[in-house]
Amino acid sequence: MLLVNCPYCGARPEIEFRCGGEAHIARPVQPSALDDEAWAEHLYFRTNPKGTHAERWLHVHGCGRWFNALRDTVSDAFTASYTMGEQRPDAGKEGE
Amino acid sequence: MRRFSLPTLVAGALNAHRSWPRQWRDPEPKAYYDTVIVGGGAHGLGTAYYLAKEYGLTNVAVLEKGWIGGGNSGRNTTIIRSNYLYDESASLYEHALKLWERLSDELNYNIMYSARGVLMLAHTVHDVQSLKRHVYANRLNGIDNEWLTPAEARAFCPPLDISAGARYPVMGAALQRRGGTARHDAVVWGYARSADAMGVDIIQNCEVLGFTRGSGGAVSGLETTRGTIRTRRVGVVAAGHTSVVMARAGLRMPLESFPLQALVSEPVKPVFPCVVMSNAVHAYISQSDKGELVIGAGTDQYVSYSQQGGLHITTHTLEAICELFPQFRRMKTMRSWAGIVDVTPDRSPIIGKTPVPGLYVNCGWGTGGFKATPGSAQVFAHTLATGEPHPVNAPFTLDRFRTGRLIDEAAAAAVAH
Repeated sequence: MLLVNCPYCGARPEIEFRCGGEAHIARPVQPSALDDEAWAEHLYFRTNPKGTHAERWLHVHGCGRWFNALRDTVSDAFTASYTMGEQRPDAGKEGE
Repeated sequence: MRRFSLPTLVAGALNAHRSWPRQWRDPEPKAYYDTVIVGGGAHGLGTAYYLAKEYGLTNVAVLEKGWIGGGNSGRNTTIIRSNYLYDESASLYEHALKLWERLSDELNYNIMYSARGVLMLAHTVHDVQSLKRHVYANRLNGIDNEWLTPAEARAFCPPLDISAGARYPVMGAALQRRGGTARHDAVVWGYARSADAMGVDIIQNCEVLGFTRGSGGAVSGLETTRGTIRTRRVGVVAAGHTSVVMARAGLRMPLESFPLQALVSEPVKPVFPCVVMSNAVHAYISQSDKGELVIGAGTDQYVSYSQQGGLHITTHTLEAICELFPQFRRMKTMRSWAGIVDVTPDRSPIIGKTPVPGLYVNCGWGTGGFKATPGSAQVFAHTLATGEPHPVNAPFTLDRFRTGRLIDEAAAAAVAH
């Protein structure tokens, strides 16, 4: 079981959390302006990297707040937790 | 390829079976192949087999990063069934089941297909309604599936606890008698042996590092850890690593990869006659011919390539198994592991073309790929050989995520399948 670091509550066991999948996928401001391909990209297509993954977590059985985290998908080790709205800590380096 | 038969086995016995040749060669990659399959699991090797056997394409290579059958082919719980709800899925998995039934004969290799029956338990009124709907839908599609009362379920599977005080009361069950299990490694080896005999090169320890593109962006070759291979047609069958391979061709996929766990108990004498699945409590169990109870657990909630998975996932499954079968409480677990499964948003596979000319993909089997192996391989071979999908896999396009024509087995099963 992972130990997940909530930016508000500190390190807690994984069963307190719900993983919300890939982070930083902004909902298009005007979906009706998109063509089908761009809308499908938004809804369904994911990076699914073998390496550093930015993902959303919800501390559902704790403070109830969403936050983002960076985790290595091979070792499962977290390298950062940060609040919603913050820039990805390794921004510019994530090209894997 | 020396066939297995009574005379050849007797002849082999005369020198303690030392005279059997290698089951498949270990060739150096050639400079050019007509078709290259990326991924040496059962789906990939099966694809190569059907390409050679049914479509006469023998200048084919199967590239495998590790050793053949070392991924999900060797990590699944070997369950076979075709009782899917939607017409598209039922057609695909039934296509596979019909091939399973004669696969040992066809490959001259005992894949130990055992039609011992798959029993799916209902614990709630909703389960009863849902499973009966599956029974009726399956019958309309000509697929065997029948409804059993709790007493009938117990008669079919004597270890089942149907007492009123059970933690998960059994309100009935759906039974597919033609469902069952097969020996997963034998499927890999059987396909490898027959494909190799027809001229397919199986190249292990060969990772694909990149794709080269020719005119119009079409695939013209592969960069691998064992050199450059030219080809005009590539079929990626890389299961949990599909996103990784496709990213090397510049494509994003509607996939997420999760660890899916399984475990086996210590081996015991035959105690469990069939396959039992319970979607509501998320547990499935059968007994292998070695005597181990083979138990399937769920996926972790996060993307991972770790091939381990959280122990609380297996604990949850063992709690359910021990409630359903209290007599297994004292058994020891021998080992547990995970396979990395590639899951699509609608929980149905993708078998077909990609936006890159010459590049085809067979992926997204999620938590239920083993049962589809021969069908998946056969229709993918058809797609590669003819450039067009077989009628069975025609609905399972990558493009369905753009058109919105999903095959929403996720909603139908509400659970890993």
